[in-house]
Amino acid sequence: MSILVYTESEGQKFKKAAFEVASYAKEVAAMLGTTVTAVSINGGDSSELGAYGVDKVLEIKNDKLSTFNAKAYADAIKQAAVQEGAKVVVVSSTADSKFLAPLLAVHLNAGYASNVVGLPESASPFKVKRTAFTNKAFNVTEIPTDVKVIGLSNNAFGLKENAASATSEAFDPSLSDDDFGVQVTAVDKATDKVSIADAEIVVSGGRGLKGPENWGMIEELAEVLGAATACSKPVSDMGWRPHSEHVGQTGKPVASNLYIAIGVSGAIQHLAGINASKVKVVINNDPEAPFFKAADYGIVGDAFEVVPKLIEKLKEFKSNNA
Amino acid sequence: MKILVCISHVPDTTSKINFTDGDTKFDTNGVQFVINPNDEFGLTRAMWFKEKQGASVDVANVGGPETEPTLRKALAIGADNAIRVNTEATDGFYVARQLAKVIQDGGYDLVIAGRESIDYNGGMVPGMISALTGANFVNTCIGLEVEGDTATVTREIDGGKETSTAKLPLIVGGQKGLVEESDLRIPNMRGIMMARKKPLTVVEPIEADQETKAVQFQKPTPKGEVTLVDPDNVDQLVALLHNEAKVI
Repeated sequence: MSILVYTESEGQKFKKAAFEVASYAKEVAAMLGTTVTAVSINGGDSSELGAYGVDKVLEIKNDKLSTFNAKAYADAIKQAAVQEGAKVVVVSSTADSKFLAPLLAVHLNAGYASNVVGLPESASPFKVKRTAFTNKAFNVTEIPTDVKVIGLSNNAFGLKENAASATSEAFDPSLSDDDFGVQVTAVDKATDKVSIADAEIVVSGGRGLKGPENWGMIEELAEVLGAATACSKPVSDMGWRPHSEHVGQTGKPVASNLYIAIGVSGAIQHLAGINASKVKVVINNDPEAPFFKAADYGIVGDAFEVVPKLIEKLKEFKSNNA
Repeated sequence: MKILVCISHVPDTTSKINFTDGDTKFDTNGVQFVINPNDEFGLTRAMWFKEKQGASVDVANVGGPETEPTLRKALAIGADNAIRVNTEATDGFYVARQLAKVIQDGGYDLVIAGRESIDYNGGMVPGMISALTGANFVNTCIGLEVEGDTATVTREIDGGKETSTAKLPLIVGGQKGLVEESDLRIPNMRGIMMARKKPLTVVEPIEADQETKAVQFQKPTPKGEVTLVDPDNVDQLVALLHNEAKVI
């Protein structure tokens, strides 16, 4: 038995989430006294996974899998898990991994814990800690099944280099027509922007910015920081920004290292969605805004004065630390 | 078209989250329960199919008798029939097995379930019911049209969206975008009166294992006070983020 990890890639490059789940799997493997096998589907250079502790890579190269297909991918990963006799399968929390994980769990008859935030608290019984109640609580979940599927929360574990020399071998799962019942016809994706899911830093604007014409400084701040841009619910409801930027309970969840909220009051639904971020900064002219209770750092002041200054200081900082 | 909308009975967003019995159970004391928001977007989209395409819409929930007001609310919004599987919703896999049975018995063409509930956030029920029933599945669905036996579905992906087509039967994991917040319906008096007379069938659960067990709950450690920085001293914020928080 080994630990199996699905290392996701895009355009034949591994995603950061792939290295994070590999780092995590390595420590789980150490706890259980076993090794890590990665499954890579039309992925990148397998030796890169070795740097994060992967011992063996099963490389699937298959043109039919060139576009993500949850059912077919889950089928392929399941076959890899069965071949390896894997007892623990680790996936990330990207949109695609969250899409396929429940299918994988059913195929493996495995208990599945999503949004896991740390290493197993014990190996026997197997217990992991995960977020629940939209980040308002944690729950320790026991998985009594023989095979277990773990969905690791993005940025919850971080990257840990742990050099192993990964061997690779070709793996050719047998896929049926039934796996391809959902056919992708169009993908609309901004390739020049950091997505909220991948971002280590997220800069978010709220109604306090008064109108969509004032988002230039938010975008500039995000650019200086290499951050993704986001917005509060009222802002997306009013059409100032696209829905895809809406973060919060009914929008996208955020689990970044740094979250900067500008002109966002901090309604409970908003805070629930971003609470998993490690460090929170608020800039708001209302000292009573609820966000100040949730933030680590705050500036009570006019965003239109503070943000340009912050951009300038960050540029100085970047050039001094380049 | 026969539609089933799966309804989770969850604490209202603004509820205080507390636990009892040595932090092993959610404290329902004083908590108001609602239709899970991700399910409500799906239910509202289902109403559109009912009104424009003559679909029938059933709702189902796995839970004890205390969840019936939530199902009645779904009936008041316009669903035709409600089904309650009479067992505690202990784990996503267990719930999915119960719903898969309801789906197989009912012969539904389209099943909409929220992408996740706002209480346990498992995000597994829609996918699991598709794997259990063999139906096609699209998650994080923000657009759904059905023409004959083919659905066109848009899903949210990291950094964008993706459109696909699939034959019915289809399961979707729904969310905001299926309809907008402003499209959500508050039941009117007529709807509430009619809901009282609509069928709410209670079915007994099938025997199934529980694949995960929530053994303990914890509340996050209370946060320290916010460190305030003077708006005329933005330098200090940059220094704190670099030296103390170590995030830049």
